[in-house]
Formats: sequence, structure tokens, C-alpha cells
Amino acid sequence: MSTNGNKANPTSHHAQQRAVPSGIKLPIYMDNHATTPMDPRVLEEMLPYFMEKFGNAASRNHPFGWAAEEAVELSRERIAKLIGATSKEIIFTSGATESDNLAIKGVAEMYREKGNHIITAVTEHKAVLDTCKHLEKFGFRVTYLPVQKDGLVDLDDLKRTIDDKTILVTIMAANNEIGVLQPIAEIGKLCRERGVIFHTDAVQAIGKVPVDVNKMNIDVASITGHKLYGPKGAGALYVRRKNPRVQLVPLIDGGGHERGMRSGTLNVPGIAGLGKACAIAQEEMPQESYKMAGLRNRLKDSIMSRLDEVYINGSMEHRLPGNLNISFAYVEGESLLMGINDIAVSSGSACTSATLEPSYVLKALGTGDDLAHSSIRFGIGRFNTEAEIDYVGDRVVETVLRLRELSPLYEMAKEGVDLKSVKWAG
Amino acid sequence: MSYSDKVIDHYNNPRNVGSMDKKDADVGTGLVGAPECGDVMKLQIKVNPQTNIIEDAKFKTFGCGSAIASSSLATEWVKGKTVDQALEIKNTEIVKELALPPVKIHCSVLAEDAIRAAIGDWKKKQEATKPAAVQAAQ
Repeated sequence: MSTNGNKANPTSHHAQQRAVPSGIKLPIYMDNHATTPMDPRVLEEMLPYFMEKFGNAASRNHPFGWAAEEAVELSRERIAKLIGATSKEIIFTSGATESDNLAIKGVAEMYREKGNHIITAVTEHKAVLDTCKHLEKFGFRVTYLPVQKDGLVDLDDLKRTIDDKTILVTIMAANNEIGVLQPIAEIGKLCRERGVIFHTDAVQAIGKVPVDVNKMNIDVASITGHKLYGPKGAGALYVRRKNPRVQLVPLIDGGGHERGMRSGTLNVPGIAGLGKACAIAQEEMPQESYKMAGLRNRLKDSIMSRLDEVYINGSMEHRLPGNLNISFAYVEGESLLMGINDIAVSSGSACTSATLEPSYVLKALGTGDDLAHSSIRFGIGRFNTEAEIDYVGDRVVETVLRLRELSPLYEMAKEGVDLKSVKWAG
Repeated sequence: MSYSDKVIDHYNNPRNVGSMDKKDADVGTGLVGAPECGDVMKLQIKVNPQTNIIEDAKFKTFGCGSAIASSSLATEWVKGKTVDQALEIKNTEIVKELALPPVKIHCSVLAEDAIRAAIGDWKKKQEATKPAAVQAAQ
């Protein structure tokens, strides 16, 4: 099996030298914050809606439409149940980016009379940050809260920042890079007390950790299918209907679908899949999150027991169970990815980003640029196994050791040179 | 990003990895780049003072695969050349040899800088250690 696997990459003699343990299929996918593979049960749920049940959910007067509508309404119930909402509070969208845009722009435009101040955090996803930046061009004032060293926002900071013009606070539930869980319940409580709408981009959290819109006083929440083993292109937005009732100005006008908040013919197979993914998550979350945390801690121990000068980015305590984000000092992230090319993970290195800037999330934690360049994000998911974790740990350790032998910084540090005191040529 | 076979080969089998004694009068050391930028190259040459030929070269690099490959290739190319010939190596030749994409051109620039810095360091040492001899010869 190992020789077959290596034919694809004949120049990588390091991969060839290593015997692949049985039960492991390469490459290993461990980038579950980018997207998750689909659960086969989800696909099964979706398939009838491509062919035999192809109807338009908005067709009210024939069985083709009824079958589609039935699937859509079942999905709405399943999503609502997972987050403690009612099905009428779920609006279908194309995914997280649209949900974030609809939530923020929709609230901003609807409550413009009331105020023009929006609060968010510097570590939010670009779908939130860029939407806020867009609104700044139209007279909205946006406060980008800093985060503490562990990645969490400071509640006192938030409290101080809310003023009588604040209409919206948008803070993510779980961060996509470092997996840090924000104190959503406390933020929700604060917003409720001050009469400010609270939106949370919950795409990384839902299905992984409990999210309850009532217990947490969430008013609007973004959800997407492909981060919880569902399909891409299917998302949803929770919009509170009472205490208080939240209204949104739509981004997309048309036939008045989705209570007028999001027109357009519904993506019935995708919606059916999203609903099934939520139902599975509801059922399996307790055991699954326990298993994820176990695998994550196994990987952490495997790496940290064998390497010095590795640093975990963000709080370990308030963190998604499947997330591990580590900086390997003296090793550049992209070169590390290249060395472990039979494993799919991500890096905060500038070399791997479109902008050639190291991760803004890590920089916001106060991680130096040098360590941001050295970071790797492991996203462990439902289908990863203990054998895979052990293989990944071994590959990472051996590659880091090899690259450190190649690193002038490691050599200098071992010689006792303080790298911070060196005058670099740039 | 996909890498050329040559980049992958240099990454997997880097040539001339190591360090030489910085204090040796015949050794020139170039250290370029910065950790904050994600690239640091150390390139060292050992020059025969009689012939000015670079008899050995070593490197260590912190950086992406293209940076490692560029510096590995640079050590291969400078070996056996005179100091003046080595100064003629252009970053564009490294780009061509390794088929670097536009976003990786800075890696080749850094490798060229490293060669120049190493030669500059060696020249400075030559001037410092042999001023009498040079003057006498003139």
C-alpha cells in the first residue's frame, strides 16, 4: 500500500523512507476548519432531491413542490432544534459569508435611525471584518475590539465600548484559526441588558460545542453546512422572532422567499443536507466532542513531549475540541507544510496567504511575526483516527527536527544569540 | 501552490548544509533576511586566497521551500567559481533554474544578496588581515 501511495510523488524520498502504518490512507485530511468532508449519511439524505424530488419548494399547488417544501421544513426544524430556536427563525442562505453579510448589513440598514455604531473584534473572520469596513464607507462607526493574549475579548472592554448609538455587536462563537471560544453567553447577556442586537458567526462552533440562542441571548447567528460534515453552498441565519423581534433589510430582493429576508429559489438538496448534518451533530455531539478533544490532546502531547520551543496559540481552556494551533520556533510554516505534504493542514505563514502577510489573528494575540510565520493549524474532525494522529505527530516532529538543523535561527539560538537583539538586514 | 521538481529536490536533498568557522580569515559569511519577514539565509564561502576561487560553500536557511532551494542552489553555483565570477550570478538565473513563480522571486533576490554579503564579508576580512601585504604588492 505504501509503494502505491508514493508513486504520486516520486521525488519525495522522505515519504518513501517511511513505512505507512496499516489502516492509514494518505494523504490525511486534518484541515477541518477549512471544510469538513461530507458525512455519507448526509449525502444519502440529499440524493433524492436532485432527481426524483426535484421540485421547487415554492410551488404550492402540486406534489413536486410539496415534497421539496417538506424537506426544507424538516431541515429548518433540525437546525432550530440544534440551537434551541424555533423553525420560523431559520432563514436559508448560500453559506457563512452570505449569512454574515445579511446579518450585519441587514441590521445596520434596518436600525440606522436608532444608531450607527457597530462593535466587533479584530480576530473575526474576513466575512465579518470586510462587511464592517464596507459599512464604514456609508457612515457607520465600527469599533474593532482587541483580544487578550489568550484570544478572548475583554468583557469590560466591550461594556465600556457600548454607547447609546450602538446597534449591533458581532462577535464570533469560535475562531476559525485558533479555535478559541468567545464568552458568548456573557456577551449576549450584556447586549440584552443594553438593548443592543447580538450577532454571532457561529459556523465553527455549531455542531462542535453547545450553542443555545436563548440561554446565550443570541439574536442573530450564522450557520453553514460544510463545517459540520454537510454540503458546501448551504447555510442559514438564525433571526430572533421575539424578545426582541429582530428585523433585517434583505440583501437580495425577489420573490419574497424566506419571510422576505432572502429571496431566491431554495437549494433543496443542500438544505436537506444541512438539516441532516445538524440532526447528526445533535445526536452525536457529546461523544464526538469528547473523542475530538482526546485526539487533539494526543496530538499535542505527541508533539510537545518531543520538541522544545513550540507554543500553543490561544487559550487551551476555551477552545474547540478539534483545534490545535501551534508555532514551531525557528521553522517557517510553509516549509513545514512542504515537509509533511502527505498531511493536509494550514499555516499562518505569510507564504501561504494571498496577501503575503502572516496571520492577523495570531498577530492580534501579540504573537510576534516570526512565530506567526511558524504556525500550523491542525483541524481534527469526525473521520480522523488515533492511528492518523500518531502518524501526523511523528511526521511533524521529524520534519521540524530536520528543518531546525537547516535553520540559521535555531543554530544562533543554540549558540546563545538573542535573536531579538540581532540587527537584521531586512 | 505547487512546486517545481527542482525546488522539491533541493528541499528534500539540500546541498551543502552546514556551517563553517566565521572567524576563519578565508571564510566569508552572509546573513540576510529577517525572522519577521519569514526568511533568513546564512551563506558561507571558503575562498582560496591565492586563486580567489571559492573552494567550499555552506548554507542554512529559515524560510519556505523556495528560499531553501534558492540558497541550496546558490551554494552549488558559487563553488569552483572565483569571487568575481560568483558576483555575476543573478537572481533571475535562480528564478529560471528553479522555475519560481512570481510570488517567490524575493527568495531568489535574497539568495543573490546572501552571495554578495558573504563575498563582502570575506573581502573585508582580506583587507583587514592583509593590509601590509597588499600595500607591499602595490
